[in-house]
Amino acid sequence: MPSDPLTADHVLEFPGGYTRTTGPVIGRFLTELRDGRLMGVRTAEGRTLVPPLEYDPATGEPVTDEWVEVGPAGTVTASAWVHEPRENHPLDRPFAWALIRLDGADTALVHAVDAGSPKALPPGTRVRPVWRAERRGHITDISHFAPEVTKIVSPVSTRYRLTASPSLTRFLEGVRDGVLIGCRCATCEKVYVPYRLTCPECGNPIAGEVTLPDTGTVTTFAINNLPDPRAPEVPFVSAYILLDGADIPLIALVGGVPAHQVRQGMRVRAEWVPAEERTLSMTNIRWFTPTGEPDVEL
Amino acid sequence: MGNRCAVIGVGQTHYTTKRMDVSIAGLVREAALRALEDAGLTFKDIDAVVIGKAPDLFEGVMMPESYLADALGAAGKPMMRVHTAGSVGGSTALVGASLIQAGVHERVLVVAFEKQSESNATWALSTHLPFNASLVVGAGGYFAPHIREYMRRTGAPDHIGTLVAVKDRQNALKNPYAHLRIPGISREMVESTPMLWEPIRYLETCPSSDGACAVVLSSEQAVTGRPAWVHGTAMRSEPIFRAGRDTVNPQGGKDCAADVYRQAGIADPRRDLDVAEIYVPFSWYEPMWLENLGFAAEGEGWKLTESGATALDGDIPWNASGGVLSSNPIGASGLIRFAEAALQVRGMAGEHQVDGARRALGHAYGGGAQFFAMWIVGTDKP
Repeated sequence: MPSDPLTADHVLEFPGGYTRTTGPVIGRFLTELRDGRLMGVRTAEGRTLVPPLEYDPATGEPVTDEWVEVGPAGTVTASAWVHEPRENHPLDRPFAWALIRLDGADTALVHAVDAGSPKALPPGTRVRPVWRAERRGHITDISHFAPEVTKIVSPVSTRYRLTASPSLTRFLEGVRDGVLIGCRCATCEKVYVPYRLTCPECGNPIAGEVTLPDTGTVTTFAINNLPDPRAPEVPFVSAYILLDGADIPLIALVGGVPAHQVRQGMRVRAEWVPAEERTLSMTNIRWFTPTGEPDVEL
Repeated sequence: MGNRCAVIGVGQTHYTTKRMDVSIAGLVREAALRALEDAGLTFKDIDAVVIGKAPDLFEGVMMPESYLADALGAAGKPMMRVHTAGSVGGSTALVGASLIQAGVHERVLVVAFEKQSESNATWALSTHLPFNASLVVGAGGYFAPHIREYMRRTGAPDHIGTLVAVKDRQNALKNPYAHLRIPGISREMVESTPMLWEPIRYLETCPSSDGACAVVLSSEQAVTGRPAWVHGTAMRSEPIFRAGRDTVNPQGGKDCAADVYRQAGIADPRRDLDVAEIYVPFSWYEPMWLENLGFAAEGEGWKLTESGATALDGDIPWNASGGVLSSNPIGASGLIRFAEAALQVRGMAGEHQVDGARRALGHAYGGGAQFFAMWIVGTDKP
């Protein structure tokens, strides 16, 4: 029987880290970084390199000693998303490695961007550095970059105390008791439901109540294919129902029949919830359901 | 009608789903600056600003006119806000025109907008108050039954709505500002989209757009550039719940049209007008408004649509710009109709210009088809 191979973890790490001489160009960049400034160096051809290099990769010539401040904002030119950050990554949550061309620079810098989601970081996204509180002259003096603020959430909430009008209260009392209360305008003879105290046609006050039956005719309707918390299912039918004896339709659900079998002119009746479940609310009528009578000519 | 009034500048933003690059202030300013540029003017030349938008609850910015005064150069000037639901863009233009016609001001800047990407319109239109059991699900849910009733009354075949949906999107391809630009738009494409609020299909509805529109109005003596003259203005409204109200062919719309035609000397709108920009947010509202506005006899509107009369090459083009079906920044949609009518009679409508257009109708409606605003503009002085 072969035995398991011998295995062991090993860390190859010079204690304390290597020291590195920066040279004048990289040293200037890091010194400026420690002061919170982002600097680029000009090449003989006039390009601005960020991060700076000592020798222009295009020509092999030394860069000039002309320095220009760039950024701090920049534009993402490309990015790679890190779904699972490793121990020595700059962020402990998913982030992007991105190429960032700082404003005023001709080359891009690699750094981490805290963007929340890869979708939030298309090429062209504007980002800004997030600096560490204590800087020491290292590229990690910039903790990471973050997208510019382009939108905010603005909560709006107003609390009301609503009091139902006397006429609506009267109507809902009727609905609680299983009765639909309307009214007749003494001037223009029109019968309105729900019960109201003035006539919208002639403006006159309305005095008397009229009790209407819970049967009526569907005048027209929509088949709604978008869900709604007040409707039991999708599709649902919201219909204009002209109660018998009324001159204005109510809008209500039609149920107990497949949506595509509802017709204009169909006779319907209110389906009430059991008396003990009723409240001062139109939800006492579950919906209107076909009576089976012949359709009415509209 | 008072003193003469002219449209001397029109400015629009490109209508789109999300304008993430600008605030509401930046959006309205963009349209305003374009209108001023068209008129060859600056904010200094403006006496008063009138702004319109749909309900505050849409974007949740209360009294937006206060916040937008700076963006519209209104500091130290009269500024007011107009609100008549979906017709507000039209009403805003008419309020601006009334300030010129009354001789109060020489030049008025009129601006309307909606930033639908920041707006919660369907939520704002369906807040479920206690004691109330409204079953209306957004605007489509409200209008679908009235469209169904129109189809029943007139016996119009099902494909009429499709024809309008295609025609207006074809026109939109000629309008660089239009939001929905669908190359190869066809009946098959429209008919393959699902019913949202039957009988309304997805592609028979308007989009949700970010956008603003502005016009500069001027008195006769202050005209710069190429004017469109206002020949008539009218507004009407009616209560949403009233016994005997005809929701398919509302009296308010008929009365408003009769008023504006009388002022402009229009006896037969189909014959006497050259082009019309009409508020058609759901395709079936074209045949419905053809009847309501007297372009066709009652029950005959759909035949006009079917004959191609309202197409860009028809005898009375409707919505050469692509209309509300192609761009819908709600508060601005009415003003866009009014502005497009002005562009047509100024000969400045570009690729969707109707050749030789000299008189045009701009129309807007709102609420439960209960608010109406219209104007007629012409190349010639009235």
